Amino acid sequence: MSERVSDTPDARIPEGPIESKWSRHKRESKLINPTNRRKYEVIVVGSGLAGGSAAATLSELGYRVKCFCYQDSPRRAHSIAAQGGTNAAKNYQNDGDSVYRLFYDTVKGGDFRSREANVYRLAEVSANIIDQCVAQGVPFAREYGGLLDNRSFGGAQVKRTFYARGQTGQQLLLGAYQALQKEIAAGGVEMFPRTEMLDLVVVDGHAKGIVVRDMVSGEISSHAADCVILATGGYGNAFFLSTNAKGCNVMAAYRAHKRGAYFANPCYTQIHPTCIPVSGDYQSKLTLMSESLRNDGRIWVPKNKGDVGKPAAQIPEGDRDYYLERKYPSFGNLAPRDIASRSAKEACDDGRGVGPGGLGVYLDFADAIGRLGKDTISARYGNLFQMYEKITGEDPYTQPMRIYPAVHYTMGGLWVDYNLMSNVPGLHVLGEANFSDHGANRLGASALMQGLADGYFVIPATLPNYLADQKPGSVAADAPEFKAAEDEARERVAKLLGVGGTRSVDSFHRELGLLVWDKCGMARNDAGLKEALEKIPEIRESFWKEVRVPGSGEQLNQELEKAGRVADFIDFAELLCRDALHREESCGGHFREEYQFTEDDPEVSSGYTNEGEAKRRDDDYAYVAAWEHGAGGEPVLHKEWLEFEDVKLATRSYK
Amino acid sequence: MNLTLKVWRQGGPNHKGKIETYPAEDIPEEASFLEMLDIVNERIITDGGEPIAFDHDCREGICGACSLTINGVPHGRESAITTCQLHMRKFRDGDTIWVEPFRARAFPVLRDLVVDRSAFDRIIEAGGYISARTGSAVDANATPVPKADADEAFEAAACIGCGACVAACKNASAMLFVSAKVKHLGNFPQGQPEAKRRVLAMVRQMDEEGFGNCTNQYECEAVCPKEITAEFIADLNRGYAKASLEETLG
Ligand SMILES: Cc1cc2nc3c(=O)[nH]c(=O)nc-3n(C[C@H](O)[C@H](O)[C@H](O)COP(=O)(O)OP(=O)(O)OC[C@H]3O[C@@H](n4cnc5c(N)ncnc54)[C@H](O)[C@@H]3O)c2cc1C
Ligand code: FES
Repeated sequence: MSERVSDTPDARIPEGPIESKWSRHKRESKLINPTNRRKYEVIVVGSGLAGGSAAATLSELGYRVKCFCYQDSPRRAHSIAAQGGTNAAKNYQNDGDSVYRLFYDTVKGGDFRSREANVYRLAEVSANIIDQCVAQGVPFAREYGGLLDNRSFGGAQVKRTFYARGQTGQQLLLGAYQALQKEIAAGGVEMFPRTEMLDLVVVDGHAKGIVVRDMVSGEISSHAADCVILATGGYGNAFFLSTNAKGCNVMAAYRAHKRGAYFANPCYTQIHPTCIPVSGDYQSKLTLMSESLRNDGRIWVPKNKGDVGKPAAQIPEGDRDYYLERKYPSFGNLAPRDIASRSAKEACDDGRGVGPGGLGVYLDFADAIGRLGKDTISARYGNLFQMYEKITGEDPYTQPMRIYPAVHYTMGGLWVDYNLMSNVPGLHVLGEANFSDHGANRLGASALMQGLADGYFVIPATLPNYLADQKPGSVAADAPEFKAAEDEARERVAKLLGVGGTRSVDSFHRELGLLVWDKCGMARNDAGLKEALEKIPEIRESFWKEVRVPGSGEQLNQELEKAGRVADFIDFAELLCRDALHREESCGGHFREEYQFTEDDPEVSSGYTNEGEAKRRDDDYAYVAAWEHGAGGEPVLHKEWLEFEDVKLATRSYK
Repeated sequence: MNLTLKVWRQGGPNHKGKIETYPAEDIPEEASFLEMLDIVNERIITDGGEPIAFDHDCREGICGACSLTINGVPHGRESAITTCQLHMRKFRDGDTIWVEPFRARAFPVLRDLVVDRSAFDRIIEAGGYISARTGSAVDANATPVPKADADEAFEAAACIGCGACVAACKNASAMLFVSAKVKHLGNFPQGQPEAKRRVLAMVRQMDEEGFGNCTNQYECEAVCPKEITAEFIADLNRGYAKASLEETLG
């Protein structure tokens, strides 16, 4: 066993039993009195669930907030697209749920690679989120008696998911957006839509502002504040094709990383099992079919390779392999995402995939329609069925959907302590942009929960721990650090516009995405990752020689916006592969082919787990890999060893 | 398939715009309308030109960013979809397609097909919310809400704020947008305390932003990608009349 000494900054996990850590921390946290709060200025980058809820709540508390987003309105942040639901340990169904169970399921679902104390807090505040959202008028689904309804999601044996048809993210975000607009009207928040953060400004080691570009006029300017909060979402678009909105990017987080913030576990990416398969090379994005469909849909492929070309209806029941039900009898079709995705890949690699290119499996509602009737299924999933029909031209009521895994979510992100502060004092990171709660695999309906927990409840309580020691307004935007960062940003824009090549930005993004998907997607191995690490610098080199970014910097210029993001994706992809290469174990979404259970393992012969399941190596890798952008760009690894006091480290089994 | 595009090009907010013609060749019919534009843009870029600017983000019909008027109809002629959900299989080989921005006085063009819809944000700012300070909420099941009321609230809340209703209306009225929000929040018990203030403030802000009056043309309802019903407008009118009467009477 290697020496388990963490060399990240202190994670500031409060002492005491897990149930009382958060209340104790709040009790011992610093406070800023109401009249002093308005002296502090807070920058929030991002207006999704995490940023929107944080900006609104901090303004309600009296801080002066500046909020930024790249869309034309904060209401369009990517959170709007979340479909299935949000978890909370309310136990309204009386089916045995509790804060502990939600905590346990999340740690186990994350394959024991998350920080216990953070996850427990998440489970604890989950119930308050539902109360808060209902008070704002979020139209969650209700039962005939008028009480809130729930559904189940993967990795759980209770019904704890609150939902608003297939548009839960939209409704939650509109709640946060409306709260934000209320605060804008009240003068507490100044909103900067169509404004992109190009850099973080660090003064005397503290995050004190940002450099931004007005995406309409092209003007580059600086904003100074007493602290900076990043809530800029995930980096799934490093793979080009993903379920994320087209604009999702890693720029803000990566720029912060280059300014000193550690990037934690970048290789933990989530591939969602139920997405509409790729249909051609013109494709610009992939569409998720919500996990909630797995409540009633059954996943299968033909048992025999010879049957893959036949219409589904012609394959008799006995010739179908309901592989999730077969391999995981107690969770069945609701096995966690990493497991369900890998199983789909295995079936397709085995030559039993269906549809064009053999890259698809069936998600079949025939049984459910027979049992419950078409109307019930339509009431539950009508909009999703419609969406599927619009995209594929096929009717899922009469023939099974075809689905395939796609990049969906990123568990990795900037390293933060229990206060959600990064190692750069003053820089706080919320939502998908941080690494904190989901370990190596996120359970369904837990990202919305986390974004809102961070924004509504955690950061308002923890931010004073930093701010109380700061003299308000101590740094202004005319400090030399701002000027220097602005100059760098202008130079970069000029450089991008000046390459003068012939290839489009998208063509590089596609090339990068294909490579990373191929070598660092659902399955990874030493040779493939090394190959990717050789090829990425080549892509970078040709990008800076051959890209063509038309137009000028002083106008609305979408190619320029994309170019800046893709340049960062290229650099970031290297870190992603580097992290995947260094982690010589399989855990959650990170599946290293070299580390899987085989028939020789006692866990397999005893029937506890299956051959081919991910094999963790806790003695050597039960840590958070926090990468520092070292001198000369060489990544330097720091380890935060994870302590498991309340959950026993065990091999995950969903059998 | 091969198509001809007639596209609105405009260099910036204060530039004069005009229609330009582009061939769209070898377009797969599985592609979405925006993917067709991607392909056209890719060719414009490699040929040394400036690509067509248009707003988009989620590309699955929920963020409300995409905003094209296609052959004269916001989001195109197919019903109940956004531009990004329109697929090329709905067109025929050889078609000429007109692509213009959402047009309205309150939505100035920023570049090409990109318009400024911040007026909608200011309408919400005026009163499109329920004030519920974080941390002050009671248990979510403390107040049961009849399922029918909650479902109807959801139908209204489904609005994605795209502005097609405004672009389709000959008066450029924003009544469908405003009525949907007023309906959504007004259908809940917790929306009642601010109901009167909300309806007055939102309608006044709408007028101030330069949106026109509703003269019951129902074009808004016809183009709405989320099929929001114009019946909400009648409710809004009643609510507004009542609230302003009560305001005058003090
Ligand atoms: C299709 C889909 C369905 C999903 N369904 C579910 C679900 O059912 N349940 C669930 O729990 N989770 C779901 N998720 C995951 C969840 O939606 C996201 O993880 C979550 O919404 C992220 O919220 P966020 O606030 O962290 O970031 P986002 O919502 O992505 O917001 C990021 C914000 O940062 C801004 N931004 C980014 N970069 C910059 C920059 N450089 N300058 C200025 N602004 C910037 C953006 O403008 C935006 O406002 C789903 C995800 C997808 C893709
Ligand atoms: S791009 Fe989001 S609705 Fe069309």
